[in-house]
Amino acid sequence: MDYTLLFVQVLNGLQLGLLLFLVASGLTLVFGILDFVNLAHGSIYMFGAFIGASLTLLLGNFLLAVVIAVPLTGVLGYGIERLLARNLYDKDHLDHVLGSFGLILVLDTAAHMIWGPAGISVPLPAWLDGQVELFAGAVIPTYRLLIIAVGLAVAGGLLWLVNYTKLGMLIRAGASNRTMVSALGIDIQTLFALVFALGAMLAGLAGMLIAPITTASIGMGGQIIITTFVVIIIGGIGSMKGAFIGAIIIGLIDTLGRSFLDQLFELFMSESAAETAAPAVSAMMIYILMAAVLAVRPQGLFPPKVR
Amino acid sequence: MGKITKIGWVTAIGMVALAVLPPFFLMTGQAFYLDLATRLVILAIAAVSLNLILGFGGMVSFGHAAFIGLGAYAVGIPAHHATWGGFDLIASYNGLLHLALAIGISALFALITGAISLRTKGVYFIMITMAFGQMAFFLFQSLDVYNGDDGLTIDVRSELPWINLDEPLQLYGLAYVSLVVAMLLTRMIVNSRFGMVLQGAKGNDERMVTLGFNTYFYRLTAYVISGAMCGYSGFLLGNFTTFISPDMMHWTRSGELMFMVILGGASTMFGPVLGSSVFILVEELFSHFTVFWHLPFGLMLIGVVLFIRGGLMGLFKGKRG
Amino acid sequence: MTPMLQVANLRKSFGGVVATDDVNLDVIKGEIHGIIGPNGAGKTTLISQLSGALKPDAGAITLAGKDITHTPAYKRARLGITRSFQITSLVMEMTVLDNIALAVQAQDGTSFRFVKPAHKISHIREKATEYLRQVGLRRRANDLTSSLSHGEHRQMEIALALASEAELMLLDEPMAGLGPEESKNLTEFLLKLKGSRTILLIEHDMDAVFALADRISVLVYGRVIATGPADEIRNNRDVRNAYLGEE
Repeated sequence: MDYTLLFVQVLNGLQLGLLLFLVASGLTLVFGILDFVNLAHGSIYMFGAFIGASLTLLLGNFLLAVVIAVPLTGVLGYGIERLLARNLYDKDHLDHVLGSFGLILVLDTAAHMIWGPAGISVPLPAWLDGQVELFAGAVIPTYRLLIIAVGLAVAGGLLWLVNYTKLGMLIRAGASNRTMVSALGIDIQTLFALVFALGAMLAGLAGMLIAPITTASIGMGGQIIITTFVVIIIGGIGSMKGAFIGAIIIGLIDTLGRSFLDQLFELFMSESAAETAAPAVSAMMIYILMAAVLAVRPQGLFPPKVR
Repeated sequence: MGKITKIGWVTAIGMVALAVLPPFFLMTGQAFYLDLATRLVILAIAAVSLNLILGFGGMVSFGHAAFIGLGAYAVGIPAHHATWGGFDLIASYNGLLHLALAIGISALFALITGAISLRTKGVYFIMITMAFGQMAFFLFQSLDVYNGDDGLTIDVRSELPWINLDEPLQLYGLAYVSLVVAMLLTRMIVNSRFGMVLQGAKGNDERMVTLGFNTYFYRLTAYVISGAMCGYSGFLLGNFTTFISPDMMHWTRSGELMFMVILGGASTMFGPVLGSSVFILVEELFSHFTVFWHLPFGLMLIGVVLFIRGGLMGLFKGKRG
Repeated sequence: MTPMLQVANLRKSFGGVVATDDVNLDVIKGEIHGIIGPNGAGKTTLISQLSGALKPDAGAITLAGKDITHTPAYKRARLGITRSFQITSLVMEMTVLDNIALAVQAQDGTSFRFVKPAHKISHIREKATEYLRQVGLRRRANDLTSSLSHGEHRQMEIALALASEAELMLLDEPMAGLGPEESKNLTEFLLKLKGSRTILLIEHDMDAVFALADRISVLVYGRVIATGPADEIRNNRDVRNAYLGEE
């Protein structure tokens, strides 16, 4: 086994995991506090990528673009909460799912109308575009290190928010319980809108960060949302800690599976069989993991206490 | 009893229209509308199957398109091998074999994924069924033998006794009769003692368990029946389009299927048929006017969720409850 | 006489709160065993553990000599335990008769049938109608359950407990929310059942409990502080202090 390659792939897995966490944390926040299932969360991620991309091309500065684009996705989230989500809180989860499914069609088509059918690639500033050699042979793109750093910083901030603030207390209490929230003297409508906006900003940030690697494209939201679901199912819906651990696990397993499973399979089957089986199994691996976790713990690894 | 209700009339008129109009279109040289009707009727079978668990069993399955895909690949894979060689065990154009595979594999997939998914409730169930559906999607996407993402073209349709699926009208006839059978089967199951338990568990699981019902087992049984029925619709769809790809299983397809059921009216017999009819026709209409037809379509979807309780069939309901 | 139901050192806590604190309890075949105690004493939690809806943290539950501590709820129902609910638990979107028919069907063991319409299985419908007649709801048979009054829902709870033909009925405050007249009728009804069924009766209505129960256990803060014949409990000083005195 090539340990340098393994190390590089672990870092890649970590980077994917942290991006997943950014998306999953918003989803789990919104569900934990608002009891709202937002399928369109992935579309907000996509919008983040497009807005970031446009601003980068406009301003010629990626970082400045991100700084401006994050609040813009927050505004988008705020708008969605005001116009749609708010009217669905009193309905059941089936209605949430269908309503936000409709929203996906609207947002994806809107993106298509604004930015066209092709994706937009995002140029990086020179100092981020290079590579770093961490040790002999282990060459990592500088930008991936940046994603890891940003991801860890945001994760730290969110875990602090959840564990040491009043908002966090509401989340941990499973504060879809509205009477309790209002008993604490909090304006629920504002709180809900702000939480929704925060979730949108997190998803948008993830989209902006990934765009320089994959380009901003219409289909990206639909792709990430399912993986995000797997993350929060494994972690326990509504749990920030669960979202973090679930995201890292999924990020690592998915990345390592895709790069090493064929070698693993070749140990006990023919090369051609391994070449067929490995992609198939690695495509299903995170779902098999999810099934295994659920078989033991139907509510995920860290189920929220009160529901 | 005796007197036909409004819903009864709507059902009768709808089913007669579906029986009469498409052949009429064909005779008047508008073959396109027969194609449209065939797709509509096949998807209606899938919607009816979903309604069995969603409407009557309260199981919000968001991965039902996977069964359509499995059913379609049960036609495509044996036919592919029959044409190009390999996998002698199943390489065949025999429609009965395809049918057995479509139903058998869908039922098995439903049994395995259902056994795990049904341990959970509510949002978890929605997300897990969605994830398992995506699992099937990614599996077929990764299978280069069957062209992965690009999909398979079926060169020879399933060969069945008495019926020639290459004849559009015969294919439509089979699909229509299948839809009627699926509806009657669903009605039979729903009204049976099994169906009473299923609906009881939807309404109040705690009470049903207290009465001594292992509700998990009843739900799982319904899930498997529904999956098999949906797999059958995939068998028809594969033979209709003669082109199958993982895209048939994508979660957005499952979402559309779910929307058809809700739009028409869940837990009614004709609702899913009405829903898929309206869905397909509106889709067709919108896509004529603009490439951006998904936008008004999405808005319509949101509107239905916000304003139409009980779906379109709810509009025909008398006062009750 | 060996007790029909034996509860040994049953324990259940939620977070830091101990809801069932080493409860020991015997229910003898044929008796009506009352359980009284102030609100929050853990009465419903106890019933939920006996019916299998909740898993105890420790202790054992034995039914007719058989350990059922880890038996799932639906199997306990088949072994002859049924419960009623303090907060009415019915299938609201079905008719009254359908609700009861489901209970009969469960006893009949023919629920895994797919062909014949349930409405045409006459022996089940007739039996269910008979139970409705017994509780006085026959004329409501074909109404939607959600359209019934609270009192009628309580009657349905009793009809369901009867229809499940369980030897042991766990009744969780069957009189809850009933008017004096309705309570009296229900008391008389349960009195008629006495001897033919074993009943564990949780109730706040003291008149009803003392009229019905052979023996009474007093549950306070999750502990059984006294068990004995009804008269003895009425005169027990601890009980008066802890509970009855507050009335």
